[in-house]
Amino acid sequence: MTHPENAAEFLKDAQKSKWHDETLWFVRDKRDKVSKGIPEWEQLRDLASGIKDNVLANLADYLEEFERNAKKNGIIIHWAADSEEHNRLVLEILQQQNCTAVVKSKSILTEECHLNPYLEKQGIEVVDTDLGERIVQFLNQPPSHIVLPAIHLKKREISELFHEKLHTEKGNEDPVYLTQAARVHLREKFFAAKVAITGVNFGIAETGEFVVCTNEGNADMGVHLAQVHIACMGIEKILPRRKDLGVFLRLLARSATGQPITNYNSHFSSPSPGKEIHIILVDNGRTAQLARDKFRSSLKCIRCGACMNTCPIYRRSGGFSYNSTVPGPIGSILSPGLDLKKHSSLPFASTLCGSCTDVCPVKINIHEQLYEWRQEVTKTHGDFAKGLSMKLANGIFKSPLAYKISGSLMRNALKSLPNSLIYHPLNVWGKNRNLPDPPKESFQQWYQKNRS
Amino acid sequence: MKANSPSVALFIPCYVDQFYPQVGIATLELLEKLGCTVTYPSGQTCCGQPLANAGYARDTVGTASHFIETFSDYDYVVCPSGSCTLHVKEHFPAVAGLEKEQEALEHKIYELIEFITDILKIERLEGKFPHRVSFHSSCHGQRGLHLSSGSELNQPPFNKARKLLENLEGLDWVELSRTDECCGFGGTFAVTEEALSIQMGKDRLADHLQHKTEIITGGDMSCIMHLQGIATRSKQELKFLHLAEILNQALS
Repeated sequence: MTHPENAAEFLKDAQKSKWHDETLWFVRDKRDKVSKGIPEWEQLRDLASGIKDNVLANLADYLEEFERNAKKNGIIIHWAADSEEHNRLVLEILQQQNCTAVVKSKSILTEECHLNPYLEKQGIEVVDTDLGERIVQFLNQPPSHIVLPAIHLKKREISELFHEKLHTEKGNEDPVYLTQAARVHLREKFFAAKVAITGVNFGIAETGEFVVCTNEGNADMGVHLAQVHIACMGIEKILPRRKDLGVFLRLLARSATGQPITNYNSHFSSPSPGKEIHIILVDNGRTAQLARDKFRSSLKCIRCGACMNTCPIYRRSGGFSYNSTVPGPIGSILSPGLDLKKHSSLPFASTLCGSCTDVCPVKINIHEQLYEWRQEVTKTHGDFAKGLSMKLANGIFKSPLAYKISGSLMRNALKSLPNSLIYHPLNVWGKNRNLPDPPKESFQQWYQKNRS
Repeated sequence: MKANSPSVALFIPCYVDQFYPQVGIATLELLEKLGCTVTYPSGQTCCGQPLANAGYARDTVGTASHFIETFSDYDYVVCPSGSCTLHVKEHFPAVAGLEKEQEALEHKIYELIEFITDILKIERLEGKFPHRVSFHSSCHGQRGLHLSSGSELNQPPFNKARKLLENLEGLDWVELSRTDECCGFGGTFAVTEEALSIQMGKDRLADHLQHKTEIITGGDMSCIMHLQGIATRSKQELKFLHLAEILNQALS
């Protein structure tokens, strides 16, 4: 299904789509307020953007520096060229530990690699420990938002789900009650897991450390109880120096949810005695994107989700309408690089309003890249008729006479045709909108009569 | 500006030419009232934005080349559309052989309101317009040309259109809940993502209606055409005017 088809489906439930829009607008509004409390906000964005540009320009060097320093700290480093290699590496570590049940805190990278179904096929139980992720996992759904995975669900739906899965009281929708039930359920899973998987928000080249940010403390709970910590990290997550964190941690939570800081920013540098930390550094299309001049800066993304919350399309079409691991504006410039054919409608799922670019804490020119992806999509996956009519239009616009003739034909047609023809089902504009009343003459005609 | 006044060429976007000649007339008359010598270069067509936004920028070289040649002899090009102005400035494909003219054009083309406030340096307009007016901020005008501050950015608030409007006698400026959300027009988006486009338009209209507006105005007739199309289909009693029409009426 294309984005327009999915969006139309989502909009059919008018009440729910309105609620979805208002809920995410509330988050965007919180972000606006908290960011305006920081006088140097725009300087922070400039700084973050500059640091990330530097990282991308020297990525190979920083990655090797990171590897050297992490190894010095006793961390085991693995490299994965693609999702298959990543998944296989995770499985091998689990098999070495005889681990058949693993807990995992939020990691969009493991979603991108489809790690859960891969491990489940091998008979391993994977428990997502972020509350929102656990909810969508119960439903066999992917997250619909990278920060708010279950934002498409209402309290009532979660109450029904927990009644079925966790035997909570039927009809009890109290968030405190439901969260408590999830805590009890997750606690058992935490105690049983020998291995904990986390994502990585930032890896520090200078020190070989890495930082994981969560609001629920679930990454820490998993890691500290387990023997082995596997951190799955996209190669673009590098920062040069520890002091750079000050810039990014200030931007991340404010942009994501409007909080001044994420509740838990956990710094990992070396394993506790007798334990292991593994980092899997994953490419999976990133170096290909790095090689694309126009789209390289999409790799600066720190996965805050602000572009989703602000996007008037995302808010009204929901995360699933994008059919891509990372939905929303940033997903629409990342995903075409992974599979242009599958994601060819995404660069068009935008009015190019530019709000995404202006909320982005690392100043990715998202809407300009959407425009550039459109130019790429039409080269290989453009629909022929559309291409032809566009070429005709170019013929009209470069010739003043052709433009005049087609313009007056159109105006006269609008005047003389019956409404049933103007608002024919094939005329998509007119399905829910009137056309302007055609004027008796164009501006050009008026000007010739009155001014020349 | 009359004495040794620079030559101003009027660029009237194709859909304004065909559907809203009154906006072209108001723009012309307004600039003349403000002391400009204005010419409408004949033979002008379209900037090619609809094609380029649909992913066919490479097919607009002919259109761009014709545009650059049509407007090369003037000091300024003024256009009553933020969106078309932005397209000429930022999205024209490179036209071989016209590099110098193209670069000059990018620096001398202005959207109408910014031309009045930034080039003519007019801070206040004396006039009368006793109506309740709400302003639809076009995304390309706002985030592209910076005609007003964006709600996303941490910057001092400003709005060039408001500055000109709020000084008019009797004008009642309507504050909206979401000051700069997109209306959902988006060029081809209006038809390729019809359901979303309509919902976005309805939501914008509801914001204006909830604040009991009488007239919705803006700097881009494309947004207005979309909003007006939805409003008239649902038989809402609302008036729509381009900023040029309000300012031209107020100054008469």
